[in-house]
Amino acid sequence: MSEIIKPNFNIAEVPAGHDGPGFFATSMDKAVGLARKNSIWPLPFATSCCGIEFMAMMGSHYDFARFGSERLSFSPRQADLLMVMGTIAKKMAPVLKQVYEQMAEPRWVLSMGACASSGGIFDTYSVLQGIDRIIPVDVYVPGCPPRPEQVIDGILKIQDLIGNESLRRRNSPEYKDMLATYGIQVD
Amino acid sequence: MNEIKTAQTAVAEKDYTTLNLGPTHPATHGIFQNIVKMDGEIIVDAVPTIGYIHRAFEKIAERRPYYQITPLTDRLNYCSSPINNMGWHMTVEKLAGIEVPKRVQYLRVVIMELARIADHIVCNSVIGVDTGALSGFLYVFQQREHIYEIYEEICGARLTTNVGRIGGLERDFSPKCIDKIEKFLENFPAVIKEFESLLMRNRIFMDRTIGVGAITAERALNYGFTGPNLRATGVDYDVRVMNPYSGYQDFDFVVPVGTSGDTYDRFMVRQQEMWESLSIIRQAMDKIIQMPEKVFHADVPEFYLPPKEEVYNNMEALIYHFKIVMGEVEIPKGEVYHSVEGGNGELGFYLVSDGGRTPYRLHFRRPCFIYYQAYTEMIKGAMLSDAILTLSSLNVIAGELDA
Amino acid sequence: MEDTLLHIVHDKLKSQFGEDIISAEQAYDFPVYTVSKKKIIEIISFLYNEEELGFQFLTTMCGLQFPENKGGEFCIMYQLHNMPKNWRIRLKVYTPANDMEYPTLTGIFSTANWMEREAFDFYGFIFKGHPNLIRILNMEDMTYHPMRKEYPLEDGTREDKNDTMFGR
Repeated sequence: MSEIIKPNFNIAEVPAGHDGPGFFATSMDKAVGLARKNSIWPLPFATSCCGIEFMAMMGSHYDFARFGSERLSFSPRQADLLMVMGTIAKKMAPVLKQVYEQMAEPRWVLSMGACASSGGIFDTYSVLQGIDRIIPVDVYVPGCPPRPEQVIDGILKIQDLIGNESLRRRNSPEYKDMLATYGIQVD
Repeated sequence: MNEIKTAQTAVAEKDYTTLNLGPTHPATHGIFQNIVKMDGEIIVDAVPTIGYIHRAFEKIAERRPYYQITPLTDRLNYCSSPINNMGWHMTVEKLAGIEVPKRVQYLRVVIMELARIADHIVCNSVIGVDTGALSGFLYVFQQREHIYEIYEEICGARLTTNVGRIGGLERDFSPKCIDKIEKFLENFPAVIKEFESLLMRNRIFMDRTIGVGAITAERALNYGFTGPNLRATGVDYDVRVMNPYSGYQDFDFVVPVGTSGDTYDRFMVRQQEMWESLSIIRQAMDKIIQMPEKVFHADVPEFYLPPKEEVYNNMEALIYHFKIVMGEVEIPKGEVYHSVEGGNGELGFYLVSDGGRTPYRLHFRRPCFIYYQAYTEMIKGAMLSDAILTLSSLNVIAGELDA
Repeated sequence: MEDTLLHIVHDKLKSQFGEDIISAEQAYDFPVYTVSKKKIIEIISFLYNEEELGFQFLTTMCGLQFPENKGGEFCIMYQLHNMPKNWRIRLKVYTPANDMEYPTLTGIFSTANWMEREAFDFYGFIFKGHPNLIRILNMEDMTYHPMRKEYPLEDGTREDKNDTMFGR
């Protein structure tokens, strides 16, 4: 028999576990993490310039869909990842918070660009000085705007977080306390 | 038929549906809110709310030295930021009475026309997406990446370019950059032709766009429309022709106009303008090649940063460098208005200077802000899905709208 | 040519409105006329309707503030354009700080609607007869008019910036 032909695409790595003839055992955390991290449905919350770079990232050249995020979810109810791209004005802040609250657990937040992360060059009366004042953020991507490669790197960081997260984290009192500091109710 | 209509209009107020579109609705391409009153699928009234990305540009501009305002202008219409940068530089040059050499003007024209193409690519491909044709979008975005690569060769940035300085450009076009522009000029016509053949005579596209979101020339002028949206109604107002800047009078180009001012005409005007831009770039490149090399800025040491070696070895250069960076350059008092043809229309800078290190007042005439107020009038009586199409064909850019 | 435009418009305005045209000057490529507030609408509609002038396009308008200029602390700038002839002029109307009322221009130009709302939002000009004079860019519950020179630019809630580093 000839050698096994290796396909020229990457398959997700098998998580650590015990295997033997006819069986493979791993922990639930790892199996679920593997599934979750490679099928993120992002919600693009694009407000300004970064949104245009996001379009480039979704476009044919950088092709964000390679990382398991082919489908954008414009409904917060079905989204896993909130991508905040662009300046969030104080007028917009309650809207952003509401979108975050509407998302189901587990949910992650990526803050793209200087404006979303810290207010950027807009230290003004009308701009929220970083979205982490109203919602918790998992990954910050610096830049004004960041290059698409940077954002893809940010997404990979999110994937690492997702893959390594314990299943019970979202039920833990620490997590609830953390949300409570942002004034977000969990039931 | 008539009877049914009267019966419908006689429906009491409470039978209308109120629908909230935005501010994060995916179909609105940016953050504007419209609360629309619907009769079935027909829009009866709309109340627009803007300001969701108000960043106080005009206030920041009062606190920054002149050269630090360029990055702010980037973020006005971020689809074509080089045009904004150049517009601002030309405004300051007008105020300070700086003459730029012809070669610099042509280099600027090349950059500005590339930006116009990039802007129109975004708008027109998004019209395609809103009619359900995603393939065109994916196809032309590949070409937009080529334009961004050219920007990277010129200034190192992709989207918010901050290109150029007061008095010229920060560096000359490299041979590689000229190669890339030539390659773009060679490849782009085929792509744009294919994009046109996908949409222009496509029955579905035509049915969706012809007669949708139309506005008459009179109303458009009264609403202060400029740019492609005004030209689609049949008025041939183009700042490049009317008040030429940066040597546009030396180029041969046509100002395309539409007739009915509907979505299809706006699409066609933008498409035609891309061809014109290509021909302008071609002419400019031919002119640049014949000119003496290495002229990329005017001789204005009090505004244009000297090269770094000079700063270290030359007293005068050090003084100028210090003065420019600290914003201590003397600038005449006065008020000046300069406008350029931006991606969406007449982008004006009204600058009041009191001779200080910062502008006393800087007002941006933002075309989006001015024409978006006609949106309510344009969508009344239209279907909801047509309203989305009208919005994308107006090319409302949130950054420019709210400043 | 611009000099003549300055004079053509000035002569016409002067013969029609006399004392209400306070001054005329050339600022770069623009003729600038300072006119009195009580006649502003009549002046603009005259410029709009007069056969030779025909300034039928409002390019832009914005508020200005000159705290040093006592008796005329605030100002509104209108910029008009005659497209067929390519004539552009600027009108300036000063007002003291205790009288922020202006007549509205929405009757002539629909585009003045949002521009006036913006001027109200930024400086607190009151446009009498405006159909919907509410804040446009800032939040409804804002209590001041942020573009006025006495108000700070910065957000004020940031703790990572202090006076020594950022020159506040």
